[in-house]
Amino acid sequence: MNSVNQPVKRYIAVWAALMLLLLLTWVVASFDLGPANTALALFIAGIKMLLVMLIFMQVRWHSRSVWIFAAAGFFWFLILVTLTLSDYLTRHEVKSLF
Amino acid sequence: MSDAQAPLAEQFASLPQQAEASRLGMWAFLCSEIMFFGGMFAGYIIYRHAYPAAFAAGSRETDVFYGTLNTAILLTSSLTMALAVQSAEVGKSRNIVRFLLATIFLAVAFLAVKGLEYSEDFHKHLVPGRAFADAGEPKTQLFFYFYWLMTGLHGLHVLIGICVLAVMARLASRGRFSAEYHNPIELTGLYWHFVDIVWIFLYPLLYLINRHS
Repeated sequence: MNSVNQPVKRYIAVWAALMLLLLLTWVVASFDLGPANTALALFIAGIKMLLVMLIFMQVRWHSRSVWIFAAAGFFWFLILVTLTLSDYLTRHEVKSLF
Repeated sequence: MSDAQAPLAEQFASLPQQAEASRLGMWAFLCSEIMFFGGMFAGYIIYRHAYPAAFAAGSRETDVFYGTLNTAILLTSSLTMALAVQSAEVGKSRNIVRFLLATIFLAVAFLAVKGLEYSEDFHKHLVPGRAFADAGEPKTQLFFYFYWLMTGLHGLHVLIGICVLAVMARLASRGRFSAEYHNPIELTGLYWHFVDIVWIFLYPLLYLINRHS
């Protein structure tokens, strides 16, 4: 069987970590850190996502093809954002040429 | 296995092969879901970049207490879902049902809190349109277009999740799943955790911009 079958304790530990990270985002958001606020919030969200994907969604224990499928969507999203922002972030520079 | 229907479909050589195929299929579906939500996230990024002050002002109007409470509820529902899958792996059908019902309960609680929040938003005139609280500020309305659309579509996914979870709970109570065959429970789990992940990102993007001032 390719059942993952991890101990219940592990799932509870991950849940506790997720709750702590939630508390952390909330506390961090109440301090004025300038642009670092958003960066930190997204960084913490990223860690939460990895915990959910690797442990709750069991990607960690599955085959390489599952890893590739799981990463593909995010990789596509990265392309979408990068190409879109390469336009929006550079528009004023193009205008200033004329 | 009390059912006449064989768990192994004829095109597969073995249950593990069938499980792997359906797992990959589910991830392919989740990729299409990422693309679906990704368009909205990309739109959000562009307009937040264009109007940072208006988005911060809009975000301050949202209720961070409800948002945080709902994040905690969804994270906990992911735990009960993971435990339902774990129960399926060791073949404890009654525990599957219990954990699925707990997940449904938390999902309904999430929607109830969201409903309270929506009603509060409505009374504070935060719905874009003529009656919008600050009619002179179209850019803040833009934030609320994203707020309603993204939380609304996420809520729809939660609603669909509740239906799927209910069907799975019924099948599990009829003894359809065993340690050898519990693929549908695993796939339901993947969907549910995905819905959780979307909210993990919506929470800081909608509720936590500029909370300090």
